[in-house]
Amino acid sequence: MAVEMLSYIEKESPVHRLSGGTKLIIFIMWSSAAMLTYDTRILLFLFIISMTIFIVSKVHIRDIAFVLIFILIFLLLNNIAIYLFSPQEGVRIYGTNHVLFEIAGRYNMTLEQIFYQFNITLKYFVVIPAALLFIVTTHPSEFAASLHRIGINYKIAYSVSLALRYIPDIQRDFRTIAQAQQARGIDLSKNEKLAKRIKNAGAIILPLILSSLDRIEVISNAMELRGFGKNKKRTWYSIKPFKRADYITIAVGAVILTVSLIITFHDGSRFYNPFL
Amino acid sequence: MKRNGLSIKTIVAIGIGSAVFVILGRFAAIPTGIPNTTIETAYAFLALMSVVFGPIAGGLIGLIGHALKDAVFYGSIWWSWVFVSVFIGFFIGLFTRKIDIESGIFASRQIIQFNVVQAGVQAIGWFLIAPALDILIYAEPANKVFVQGAFAGIANIITTGILGTILIASYTKTKSQSGSLTKE
Repeated sequence: MAVEMLSYIEKESPVHRLSGGTKLIIFIMWSSAAMLTYDTRILLFLFIISMTIFIVSKVHIRDIAFVLIFILIFLLLNNIAIYLFSPQEGVRIYGTNHVLFEIAGRYNMTLEQIFYQFNITLKYFVVIPAALLFIVTTHPSEFAASLHRIGINYKIAYSVSLALRYIPDIQRDFRTIAQAQQARGIDLSKNEKLAKRIKNAGAIILPLILSSLDRIEVISNAMELRGFGKNKKRTWYSIKPFKRADYITIAVGAVILTVSLIITFHDGSRFYNPFL
Repeated sequence: MKRNGLSIKTIVAIGIGSAVFVILGRFAAIPTGIPNTTIETAYAFLALMSVVFGPIAGGLIGLIGHALKDAVFYGSIWWSWVFVSVFIGFFIGLFTRKIDIESGIFASRQIIQFNVVQAGVQAIGWFLIAPALDILIYAEPANKVFVQGAFAGIANIITTGILGTILIASYTKTKSQSGSLTKE
């Protein structure tokens, strides 16, 4: 059951050298730009830039292939679902109707629908490299420091750091409990009926949760003894100071965000319409 | 020692709670057979944490747990659904303040109270907020996201109703009841 998950990959590249705070700010700006815009030109532009940054970061595709495959399957299912539920969505948005061929009833293939679904897919393709790169190039302990850097209370930043620290431990606990329960004949696989499976899931998550609640007691006592939270501020072991490259990156990111929002909204619609 | 802000225990509960949310969301989700819709045991756990540690912890576990789960396992964050987790964690915590779990009492009155709150909060979250944000952010077709939201909502309300109630009841049993000592 060794399920892979994304984590920090040590490499020597300009992206890795940037401070975690910079990468977090860029990630937030990038996601907002990609969420707000539906302008195909902007999306293509952002997509090309994120691909470039990806190449600069020297991260190998095969290191993240398992996530990419999963996302591609999700996008495929999502596109099929969109078409099944609303084959005329593109026509509604763009206001014109160029039928390529008829299938049955309200299901036909229009240029508008293809363009609309292409845009949705492109939107995901813009966000995905940014999120992947942020996780893969930022060390977890630097992540908490960078959260604090952008103005989040250090206690909350510390919770995030605790979460990252304990995900592997809890995953191991989960596996141990699941195997122990399976040895006693509790089946979680497809062979069981749905209601039975939910009941069996309970038999695994109950011990997991109760042991985690114990863990909370132990950790908070340890932190209490070390005087955590006594002062208003704290310093971080793994913080990277802002350098010139960081300021330049943030400035460029801010310009891209502003320009893309202006271009998107200047004609009063977030959609770019090539059919008019 | 008096401190301002969150207590150490709440901070640790947010951290560990988020980690458990991530693991449950990834490994203890049971597929229902409808595409992209699973029975999420993580929300039963989120309800437990909200009831025990309050609205701030609940909301932050929803935020950190869901965002981290999306990020480390799926490589991108679906903000519209993350927001729903925050909403659910916060409001279940807020409206169940009257249930004093540390006193060791979780009888039928509290069970009904908990389930009314969780069903109401989750109904608003999954039936209204999630589809509305999906339309706003991703411009997905309205009927698709409302059907998805309805399935997810019904599945999560039932799961939390059964599993969440069992979880809280077992947690309460580990606490000694107030006034359980008798004079001999």
